[in-house]
Amino acid sequence: MAIIVQRPKLKWWEHLYLPGIITGMRVTLGHFFSILSGRTKVTMQYPEEKWDSHLPEHYRGAPALVTDEHGRERCVACQLCEFICPPRAITIKPEEIPSDDKWAKVEKRPRAFDIDMIRCIYCGLCEEVCPEQAIFLRKDYAITGTSRAEMVHDKTRLYEIGGVREGLVNKWNELK
Amino acid sequence: MSEIKTDLVDVQIDGAWHQFPKGMRMIEACRQAGVEVPHYCYHPKLTSPGNCRMCLVEMGMPPRPAPGADAPAPDENGHLPIAWMPRPVIACANTIGPNMGIRTTGPLTEECRKGVMELLLANHPLDCPICDQAGECSLQEFSVEHGKGESRFRERKVKKPKNVAVGPRIRLDDERCIMCSRCIRFTDEIADDPVLGFTDRGSHTVLTVYPGRELANNYSLNTVDICPVGALTSNDFRFQMRVWFMRETNTIDTNCATGCNITVFARENKIYRITPRQNNDVNSDWMPDSHRLNFHWIESESRLTDPLVKDGDHHRLASWSEALATAADKLSALDGSEIAVIASARMTNEELLIVNRLVKHLKAGHVDTVARVGEADGYLISADRNPNTNGVKLVLGLENPGSQNEAIKAGIEQGRIKAVIALQENLVDDAGFTPELLGKLDFLLSTYPLANATADASDVVLPGASWAEKSGTMINATGRLQRLNKAVDAPGQTLEPWEIVRDLIQATGGGNGIYAVTDLFKQLAADVSEFSGLTWGQIGDLGVPLIETGVTIPLLEREKQRIASGLIVG
Repeated sequence: MAIIVQRPKLKWWEHLYLPGIITGMRVTLGHFFSILSGRTKVTMQYPEEKWDSHLPEHYRGAPALVTDEHGRERCVACQLCEFICPPRAITIKPEEIPSDDKWAKVEKRPRAFDIDMIRCIYCGLCEEVCPEQAIFLRKDYAITGTSRAEMVHDKTRLYEIGGVREGLVNKWNELK
Repeated sequence: MSEIKTDLVDVQIDGAWHQFPKGMRMIEACRQAGVEVPHYCYHPKLTSPGNCRMCLVEMGMPPRPAPGADAPAPDENGHLPIAWMPRPVIACANTIGPNMGIRTTGPLTEECRKGVMELLLANHPLDCPICDQAGECSLQEFSVEHGKGESRFRERKVKKPKNVAVGPRIRLDDERCIMCSRCIRFTDEIADDPVLGFTDRGSHTVLTVYPGRELANNYSLNTVDICPVGALTSNDFRFQMRVWFMRETNTIDTNCATGCNITVFARENKIYRITPRQNNDVNSDWMPDSHRLNFHWIESESRLTDPLVKDGDHHRLASWSEALATAADKLSALDGSEIAVIASARMTNEELLIVNRLVKHLKAGHVDTVARVGEADGYLISADRNPNTNGVKLVLGLENPGSQNEAIKAGIEQGRIKAVIALQENLVDDAGFTPELLGKLDFLLSTYPLANATADASDVVLPGASWAEKSGTMINATGRLQRLNKAVDAPGQTLEPWEIVRDLIQATGGGNGIYAVTDLFKQLAADVSEFSGLTWGQIGDLGVPLIETGVTIPLLEREKQRIASGLIVG
């Protein structure tokens, strides 16, 4: 069904457009002179200057894996992030933790954990779905590379970006 | 109603009246009425100890009149009013009776289920992220449906042994165990190897293997399948892939003539595990470990991926057309009596049909397959280790498959046979043809999934798909026609054997209009009287009886006895 749009009835001076142009130019010139005189500053001198310190806590940058204060890699390779990832950027190959390892009781860890940063859409579903608090979206946003292979973050790189996170739920403690 | 059929009784399930044979378990009656009763310990193929208490339902019978009072009057359908019992009963071990009422919903059963779930979860570890059962776990499913959603348990959970190797192929996690005893009953009743049992009491009860023994029998991995939680896990599948990623293909096992019905679990063209699929006319719910784990070779390093043609001493890569043209050149120079075709009883009926046409087209003087005889184990494994010997007899028309092997060897030795076409068989390792003997041939063509000594001796080597990479039908030892379904794609340039044979017929000047394996099945239905009237779709997932062979499967015979004696539901 066609919708009939009621257009505003313009006065004769409004048809001239000049008053509108003058109002607009007043704003533009106002900004122009305040920047010229140095009163306002809008351009950030990227990359010498960066957003990093201004980013909010909830900023969604590159996803990364974290270790906890006990030095344990949090990820147990449950593959839920691989399942939820909308662009299928995550590939995990699980393995069993050998019995002589310090964390043998956790039983499972990723042998390989790859995130294809060309595919990643920074949606944060991996962080949301993670039952082990192992993957977090960090504030890294300038992910660049000169080849496709370079754009795939492997396990080492992910732990490098993620670093150590303290105060997470210590689920795999002595009691359980 | 119940007066007319005396063996049927009227049962009211959730308000609707149904008729079932007298003596049927309540849980089975509910299942047939389309009402699911949650359960852990009950398994239709095992006895019912009734120890998980998850299947508690409300039950009622017609009230018994007090002395002097009038008996209750039946309604217009002949049903008496039901007096509901104040306490619930387990549906798995109680049988139905006339005019019985069962209520699977309502506050009492809901409270019961909630209570059972809370107690089961009190000591259950929250390690679903690393548990292989996650995704197909009854405890997960029922806690979503019937659980409380949170735990009131503030005390410390009981510590139990974890990661225990109870057998060469199985790992046990006692903390996950919910003491349903299915595995104990399976090893006792089906596998006749009662090595499992419970020790200690109350919340400290643990599943243990008898001291000095291990769960090592050839049916042990079935306990992993029937374990409703992740207490028993398979070493082979442990931490390989989460179950929700895998695509399931219903197909059949090709390791012996029984043809166990199986489900192949694959993701991105890689097979991760095989589980038995219920077929009460073939394998019940079970399959042997040796057959279940025999799939890793499909990913072997020595898979053939391209046609090869021998150039002097070495093989070189060739295109399909070049390889087939080479074969056609050699074969057409020979007389039919100088050619032997050795097909395989691992081939499907469709493949054997087109092999039959190749034999007729080339007028080959010698046709045979390779026999594989092992020892029957008295359960599911047949002595005939070929999956389709009956198909060879029926479709290829060999009366005694494997009996011509020696004659063919002698023919090669004497120079009467100058060319051999070996289809999906490894002549050197499986049929006793020595490389020296094969070296006397003018021409040897072989198709096989793997590179081997026969391929090494062959003039033309063609990559033929393995059982998981092709579709077709096979006839098992009992004469049942079953369908093999393609689960994964074959690597490289590999073709299905029927395609190779068709192309070979075409390259040697023959022709036919076969473009799909279903076309071949239609030809089978037209050419072989036993198949007449059958269609590909009719065979379905469970197969159809095709011929009478008189062969029975020992495990099924015992199961029938147990059903007849009322031990199990079946």
